[in-house]
Amino acid sequence: MYLTREEEFILNGEKGEVYEKVFRLLVRLGDIYGADKMIPVGSVQVAGVSYKSIGDPGRDFLEDFAEKGAKVKVLTFLNPAGMDMENWKELGFPKDFAENQIRIMNAFKKMGIVVTATCTPYLAGNLPRFGEHIAWSESSAVSFSNSVIGARTNREGGPSALAAALCGVTPNYGLHLDENRKPNIVINVGVELKCNSDFGALGYHVGKLVKNKIPYFKGIKDANTDNLKALGAAMAASGAVALYHAENLTPEAKIMETKGLENVDVTSKEIKETYEKLNTGKDADIVILGCPHASLREIATVAEKLRGKKLSKPLWICTSKAMKETATIMGYTDIIEKAGGKIVCDTCMVVSPIEKMGYKTTGVNSGKAANYLPGFCKQKVVFNNIDELIKGVL
Amino acid sequence: MKGRMISLGTAEGEAIVSKEPIGFYGGIDAKTGIVIEKGHELEGKCVKDKILVFPRGKGSTVGSYVIYGLKMNGVAPKAIINKETETIVATGVILAGIPCIDKIDIENIKTGDKLKVEADKGIVEKLK
Repeated sequence: MYLTREEEFILNGEKGEVYEKVFRLLVRLGDIYGADKMIPVGSVQVAGVSYKSIGDPGRDFLEDFAEKGAKVKVLTFLNPAGMDMENWKELGFPKDFAENQIRIMNAFKKMGIVVTATCTPYLAGNLPRFGEHIAWSESSAVSFSNSVIGARTNREGGPSALAAALCGVTPNYGLHLDENRKPNIVINVGVELKCNSDFGALGYHVGKLVKNKIPYFKGIKDANTDNLKALGAAMAASGAVALYHAENLTPEAKIMETKGLENVDVTSKEIKETYEKLNTGKDADIVILGCPHASLREIATVAEKLRGKKLSKPLWICTSKAMKETATIMGYTDIIEKAGGKIVCDTCMVVSPIEKMGYKTTGVNSGKAANYLPGFCKQKVVFNNIDELIKGVL
Repeated sequence: MKGRMISLGTAEGEAIVSKEPIGFYGGIDAKTGIVIEKGHELEGKCVKDKILVFPRGKGSTVGSYVIYGLKMNGVAPKAIINKETETIVATGVILAGIPCIDKIDIENIKTGDKLKVEADKGIVEKLK
């Protein structure tokens, strides 16, 4: 790989041990994937934040780096943590878990990372432009930025994203290159998609089918950014789709050639079967919305449905701090709380220890959450649209 | 045997060989260095101070932090030799500072062989 003189200096340890280590990591990853050089990144999103996932070794590693003076060079956000950083006590998160999670967040903050922990950084103040090179980690955020915004990122692991943040560069390979962004399978959608859970079901089905390919969707009549967020998140979870195109909906679709590609049809039959498959439970003990983190529009929708009602079981809406602030100003938080629900920040049902909080069956409208909850959190799942889920807990 | 340097350093020790890939997250206990993956051919064996030889990593990317944890807890292998080092192992060994070489014909190495690993030169040597 070609390295500039300054990059050679870093690799020779002239900027200290931490930078030598992380730059070596980027160079090795570049070698493994055949990168020709390093390219500057506009922003970073670092995964590996929840104490539940990274444990003591991850915590110690991050504290060691922070202690040695590591500082990020570009705008860097975090993936969700294992708990609401402000209201963990009242939500019932265990104390020893909280102490470790707080240590992890402090280490990130010391490195200059914005400790807004969200899988939708693009809604919370970290918005890349079309064609911009970035180094993001969380699979749904990677999918959204690549597909809906048209920014360019590979799916980074926690440490490689942190390395990109500290050095301001990433190796030039994979989805940073034009030739690797072309679709290689066409999905003809012959069913009307009405809500996020329909998009989630489509995403779950297609992700299983195409694995790590780049699908090109035809026939989706309309979709807002919430729908596209749900679609991409489910595909990245059930498969490893980091980029998709959708005719008339995503920015690179019209420059892509689809002639000669394999075609697959999706009809109401496949969507119905996906709903059946994802429903492993019957009555939810808790409903958790906001996977990926809810937009303001999604919070407003739930508030409208809960206005003047009383819930018999807990309902959480997971989101970023930024969205909650605005929801509070608009009175949505108040309506939701009066009904007995909660807006939960900085975390989500997949990375938080809900199985240790006494919940056994979780209701979700997210294909991604339905995919992960059985394995990560030992949950049975009720997968449905928001109306039906709320009906079940009134 | 000549391969590619993934992470710098030199080490001498006894080989422990796995024909199967290793997933560090949920596969090896970071506190003890003992392989805990059910049904893995190295289940119950300890990797501490060994030259750990396996084709490639697998599983969760959090595995990188487990490799780092092994080193911090003093139970890491002295070196790692792979057929093909993928990102999880590459990230882990570089962060931990464990010498690592890949593109080695690991079929030629048996558990118990005495090895000298010179990662900087990309060389693995059998000692008699």
